[in-house]
Amino acid sequence: MEHIVEMLNVSKSFPGILANDDISIQLRKGEIHALLGENGAGKSTLMSILFGLYKADSGVIKVRGKEVQIHNPNVANALGIGMVHQHFKLVHNFTVTENIILGIEPVNGPFLKTADASRRIKELSVRYGLDVDPDARIEDISVGMQQRVEILKMLYRDAEVLIFDEPTAVLTPQEIVDLMKIMRNLKAEDKSIILITHKLKEIKAIAERCTVIRRGKVVGTVDVAGTSTQVMAEMMVGRQVSFKVDKRDREPGEVVLDIKDLCVQSSRKTQAVKNFSLQVRRGEILGLAGVDGNGQTELVEALTGLRKAESGSILFMGKDMTHASIRGRIRGGMAHIPEDRQKRGLVLDYTMEENFILEIYGLEPFSKRGFINRKAIRAHAAKLMDAFDVRAGQGTLSIARTMSGGNQQKAIVGREISHDPELLIAVQPTRGLDVGSIEYIHKRLVEQRDGGKAVLLVSLELDEVMDLSDRIAVISHGELTGMKLPAETNEGEIGLMMAGVASGGHA
Amino acid sequence: MNRTRSLFTALAAVLLGLVAGAIFMALTGADPFKGYSFLFRGGLMNLERIGNTLASATTLVLTGLSVAFAFRTGLFSIGAAGQMLIGGLVATALGLSLELSKPLMLFVMLLGAALGGALWASIPGYLKAKFNVHEVVSTIMMNWLAYWVVYYSIPAYFKGTFLETESRRIPEYASLRVDWLSDLFKGSYINLGLILAIGATAIIALILNRTTLGYELKAVGFNRHAAEYAGIDVSRNIIMALGISGALAGLAGATFYAGYSVNMQIGVLPAAGLDGIAVALLGANSPWGVFASAVFFGILHSGKGFMNAMTDIPPEIGDTIIATIIYFAATSVLFVRFYDFLRRKFKKEA
Repeated sequence: MEHIVEMLNVSKSFPGILANDDISIQLRKGEIHALLGENGAGKSTLMSILFGLYKADSGVIKVRGKEVQIHNPNVANALGIGMVHQHFKLVHNFTVTENIILGIEPVNGPFLKTADASRRIKELSVRYGLDVDPDARIEDISVGMQQRVEILKMLYRDAEVLIFDEPTAVLTPQEIVDLMKIMRNLKAEDKSIILITHKLKEIKAIAERCTVIRRGKVVGTVDVAGTSTQVMAEMMVGRQVSFKVDKRDREPGEVVLDIKDLCVQSSRKTQAVKNFSLQVRRGEILGLAGVDGNGQTELVEALTGLRKAESGSILFMGKDMTHASIRGRIRGGMAHIPEDRQKRGLVLDYTMEENFILEIYGLEPFSKRGFINRKAIRAHAAKLMDAFDVRAGQGTLSIARTMSGGNQQKAIVGREISHDPELLIAVQPTRGLDVGSIEYIHKRLVEQRDGGKAVLLVSLELDEVMDLSDRIAVISHGELTGMKLPAETNEGEIGLMMAGVASGGHA
Repeated sequence: MNRTRSLFTALAAVLLGLVAGAIFMALTGADPFKGYSFLFRGGLMNLERIGNTLASATTLVLTGLSVAFAFRTGLFSIGAAGQMLIGGLVATALGLSLELSKPLMLFVMLLGAALGGALWASIPGYLKAKFNVHEVVSTIMMNWLAYWVVYYSIPAYFKGTFLETESRRIPEYASLRVDWLSDLFKGSYINLGLILAIGATAIIALILNRTTLGYELKAVGFNRHAAEYAGIDVSRNIIMALGISGALAGLAGATFYAGYSVNMQIGVLPAAGLDGIAVALLGANSPWGVFASAVFFGILHSGKGFMNAMTDIPPEIGDTIIATIIYFAATSVLFVRFYDFLRRKFKKEA
């Protein structure tokens, strides 16, 4: 069979790490080929080499059977290779057409000729079922639509090989279904696709072959149809993994957090959370599902004290905490695994031991009369790193910035749980993590619940909410649109509620 | 490892600055070796000159600490010059108005100067904390406010005996100069400010590395979102950080106008204010690094006059060397890369 792209024996090292070790991967014409691996396995490095962002130390790249040197992304484009990055590269106040022609603007003397471009974009859009309006402004269209603009950008440049970097991370379940359809259309038109992902379900749904990478080495290339997700997961992680969260039934106890008619404004002064009421009890994990940007961030910030509540009340352990200070809430037994671990969760330039005392540096034994006690801090950090399996090159003295995302997140989870909180608010606790770390963090959350603590889990990953929660609440446009027991619902129904279609029965 | 790296960077910047200075000297037709020998002899030749070098360094240590402290807490303060003026004005005003025994007098003056500088700096701090006004803009504006405050208040209340443009001389009991120190260094400008500067360096090092206050301030400086998340009062810390930074610059003002000098002149923003930025940069914002780099700049400052007197090399060469060093210190990223490259290479070969 004809190979459109071949990367043969490619190696690439960075200071102290061999990111790609003798990797070979062959892409057939018209196939969807998944590239599966944990974070830091070397997927992105490999694709960056193909796209001309990095230069390989050794190895050969062949496109359509001919050996090529890809020095920069322009060369990649000229060879018909395009990439949809995880973070879109679009100009927000430009129209779709303006964004697509950026860099290759058709001109007539000093004037732009957008009409032809616009027509061609329309054609492409219809042909591949993308449903994009060429004259819409980027800031006015949804995230899913923006992704399709990125796809159109590649098609407009006649790309034959399309690289998708974690394309579903930002999409709702329905948008994911749409994207799968588009990928099938692309394949039908003989385009070849490389799909970078760590989501096995998607690979199963769409890819034909899958190359698994672990620690910079190819573990193997398999036919997706003949391989179970279990096997692929084991190839990726290098050991057995359990997908099912082990969770026994448990009667929830008294109410720990009681939110009544809460209204919160967003930074842009719009009503982000509207008359929101919710109770979280001891011994339960309450999952809050919703599409990104539907008020979850503001709700959590109001609960933790980072944002002012406009009206309504927050009762925590029977006390009114609506206007309590952040520190007051932490001391009162609230812990928070923040949405953005690098923005909120860690001081990246601090060492691990300094990060572990972020909320408790003022307490004995970590400090006394304003002076810091290094010894106690170090012992505390060593204990937590051991208990929560946080791995870092220089132990407790490792700078947080130098650590992998998974270890950073485990450190935050460990720190928050070490405060022995009554309520743990976990926002996107496994975002961007590999299967091994996800499994570990899930176990810890369930442990909290089993220990009689309350857990509020806010996640964009529907699977995660479905697997972990004892009850599922759905938020859409800042309002509670549903409350379900996981056993009595399915992804489709929750997906509809996430899109704002309210459903009757409350659990 | 970080510390060795900073030291390497600073030394490389100094070395390259000196090499560049040598090239400039050669270009003006002078002998660089002769030039440098006079420059360093000018700064270090005898006890009097060493005393003058240390006296120049005293002010720079304090303004350098002021900038470095703000920088460590995530703030870029350009306001040391204005805070120096206010500190100097408060010290001068107290020195000319009160009559106390020398120890008590100096204590009151230094306290006043520190408070004056702190208050002056806490205004940009407040504006930053409440309205997110960038401190670079507001501290520069405060510099000019200080300039005009001095411009009007000195002639109005403390006019000099002969000149309208300067204050009266401060009396002996209000001067930081003391006989035993002046005698020790053969009548140089050296004064008690040096001891103050050493103490301030030690205290700032202690605050930054050992106290919960330093922990909070640095956390806010590195990542105010994470600090806020952890329940640290970010606004209070920003005001506090600039306040402490301003107190240091205020003290610099007291040592400059009531120690190095004997009166205050109007219409001048003290150069030591802006030089503090260079000192902090070369000292990698670490307290003792700042101290060392201030002493080095002190040598250049007090040596350049001697070099000029003994050779045809213009004194501006001294400033050029300083400027070049600052330039190299600012582009230190390149050195750090080079240093890492060397380390890797040696490791590989070893």
